[in-house]
Amino acid sequence: MAGLRRDLLTSVIAVVAMTIVLGLAYPLVITGIAQVVFPGSANGSKVSYHCHVVGSKLIGQEFTGKAYFHSRPSATGYSGNVTYFGNGGPNSAAVREEIREELASYVKLNKPYDRSLSREDVPVDAVTQSASGVDPQISEANAQIQAHRIAAVRHLPLSKVEDLIAAHTEGRSLGVLGEPGVNVLELNIALDEAAPLR
Amino acid sequence: MLQGYVQLAIFFAVLVALIKPVGIHIARVFGNERVFLTPVLGPIERGAYRLLRVRPEQEGQDWKAYARSLIVFSLLFWIALYLVLRTQGIQPFNPEGFHSGPWDLSFNTTSSFITNTNWQFYGGETTLTYFAQMAGLAVQNFVSAAVGIAVVAALIRGIVARSSKEIGNFWQDVIRILLYVLLPISALGALFLVSQGVIQNLSDPSVIHTLTGGTQVLAQGPVASQEAIKELGTNGGGFFNVNSAYPFENPTGLTNFFEMLLILVIPASLTYTYGRMVGSQRQGWAIFSAMFVLFVVGVVVVYMAEQHGSPAQHAAGLHTHAFSGSTGGNMEGKEQRFGIAGSSLWTAVTTVTSCGAVNAAFESLTGIGGTVPFSNLGFSEVIFGGVGTGLYSMLLYVILAVFIGGLMVGRTPEYLGKKIQAREIKLVALGVLFTPLAVLLSAGAASATRLGTRSLYAGINPSGFSETLYAYLSQANNNGSTWAGYTGFIQPHAPGNVGAYGITFANLLGGGIMVTARFAPILFVLAVAGALAGKSVSPAGLGTMRTDNPTFVFLLIGVVILVGALTFFPAILLGPVANGLSGRLF
Repeated sequence: MAGLRRDLLTSVIAVVAMTIVLGLAYPLVITGIAQVVFPGSANGSKVSYHCHVVGSKLIGQEFTGKAYFHSRPSATGYSGNVTYFGNGGPNSAAVREEIREELASYVKLNKPYDRSLSREDVPVDAVTQSASGVDPQISEANAQIQAHRIAAVRHLPLSKVEDLIAAHTEGRSLGVLGEPGVNVLELNIALDEAAPLR
Repeated sequence: MLQGYVQLAIFFAVLVALIKPVGIHIARVFGNERVFLTPVLGPIERGAYRLLRVRPEQEGQDWKAYARSLIVFSLLFWIALYLVLRTQGIQPFNPEGFHSGPWDLSFNTTSSFITNTNWQFYGGETTLTYFAQMAGLAVQNFVSAAVGIAVVAALIRGIVARSSKEIGNFWQDVIRILLYVLLPISALGALFLVSQGVIQNLSDPSVIHTLTGGTQVLAQGPVASQEAIKELGTNGGGFFNVNSAYPFENPTGLTNFFEMLLILVIPASLTYTYGRMVGSQRQGWAIFSAMFVLFVVGVVVVYMAEQHGSPAQHAAGLHTHAFSGSTGGNMEGKEQRFGIAGSSLWTAVTTVTSCGAVNAAFESLTGIGGTVPFSNLGFSEVIFGGVGTGLYSMLLYVILAVFIGGLMVGRTPEYLGKKIQAREIKLVALGVLFTPLAVLLSAGAASATRLGTRSLYAGINPSGFSETLYAYLSQANNNGSTWAGYTGFIQPHAPGNVGAYGITFANLLGGGIMVTARFAPILFVLAVAGALAGKSVSPAGLGTMRTDNPTFVFLLIGVVILVGALTFFPAILLGPVANGLSGRLF
């Protein structure tokens, strides 16, 4: 009985002390250091266009129309504050229909500018939903296909668009970890700078 | 795929290289020796003992006293966390003005974090204040991890002790583990993550006017400090609902690699700690080898399956082969920067351990790829497992394997010189079978009744059954990853979640299962520790079965597979395997 009473007393002190140290001191000290040493990344790696913040380089955005590179399909409509998985199962008939439609519209959008494009050439990332719903990247192959459309619509030489893609391709970390990808938002900002729409 | 295998090989190599230094450090922490941090943190450690009014040098505990301290401590923290989750409306650091969710959801979330599960029926960024994330959930990320590690320290002491009753002091173990292991690694890890792009602030959500004139609201918060301990403590509860798939939690291939290392470093290193404490490094390596073999097989299976693509994709006419500039494979529910290899490896890492953080959507895994998380959980999280929990669960299997081996050769089973007798083997059997029993009963109850089917997203088909079975496998094994269609709480717009705000049945059953399947095995393990501590050690003879050679590793793997397969094979057949083998669409 005495042992139980002691355990209760010790536990009460421990709960309070640990909540203060681990729950407030630790995160607040980390926040303080982060804000001083890494203010850019600690606040979301924002990117600007003409001195206005237009997004975060880590969070993808939805682009429509012919003049911008398109991001991957998203279950959340590129929401940055309500996130969930699409949960499309491997054996789902609904997923088959979605991918069928995505494939058809991807080919329809890009084929006029790249006559040799067929369904077999479409890379998987272009028609599948990402996990986060805000994947900032597309594959290099996806960007290469869209480059034909962008060059024609923006009246840029294809080589210029391909240079911009190369400049905004993020390689594997340390040359080996993860997969390379093209940052869609940064690429589109660079496009607007190189060849403004009007 | 070659490049992918190179990534896997690098990960395995770095992990193995870390085991010795970290394992030695943890052994010193367990042994109450000086470590390199003592000059800085020693005064804090002594201050903590004074504050808690414990004198650890004079107060060794027997297993019952140790268990009582652990239970009382956890119970009080349960109450504290529940109060934090119920009082969101009056909390500071609440820029979005969130109130508390339904009580049954708070019950589930509280149980989830006290038990190191971090099952997420709640949506982090859409329902919780920064205060609740920091002072509620993240505290438990530390504390529940420390409790798990303390239990394995007690068990090892019981195995090593000679005719003694004491298995250590609970308070000392928790304080030292927090101070010398979890807190310093988390602090450094958090700062590294911030440098790579993980956010760490207390700001309001950023309202962005996008390039094309739209609006995007970016949720903010103290993410990095939580991310580091979430991985290190094999907790897994994401600040964001989509967890480590979200770029603000896991922005690059490098952070992905680093976070996976954080998840595995303590569970893997504890095998070295074990070898050191029992006085034979070979014993530790034997256990490590059994774990590593099962781990690597799982990684390769899931990687090959995911690279193949899914039946729905092939039926739609999508070509899923890799070519220049495209990873190919099943990219549904995966991120471009991780690709197939980085997502597959993570899937195995987070399910062999009891972490449960995810960087890809499990429900979108291929059928055969999906069997890997199922099997890993079916083996009761003994392949590395949670911090502490993995090794103590594996040691139960080791004793079981010794017993079975002893029966086969007709000798009294002995482990490290200690006779394994009726009392120990009964406790071990209870400890081994309790969690599978809890899974089968709860998943059965949820599958067989309308109460359970309300939580389904995929409907009545193999994927829907997978959702139910995985939900209770994950909660009972304190993992927390999910076939995420299954829900007990509805986010405003999530698919499948319509109108089910607070599914009381799923919340209460899940919460109850998490608590019982965490603490009942802990009590059995501590009882085993107490029973072993009291035994004398007899010298090894010619007839003693060795437990540090490949034969024993093989036997141990066999026992793990046998228990897991016999228990769950029929159920797993009905879920992911049916999807994978039939290729039928539903």
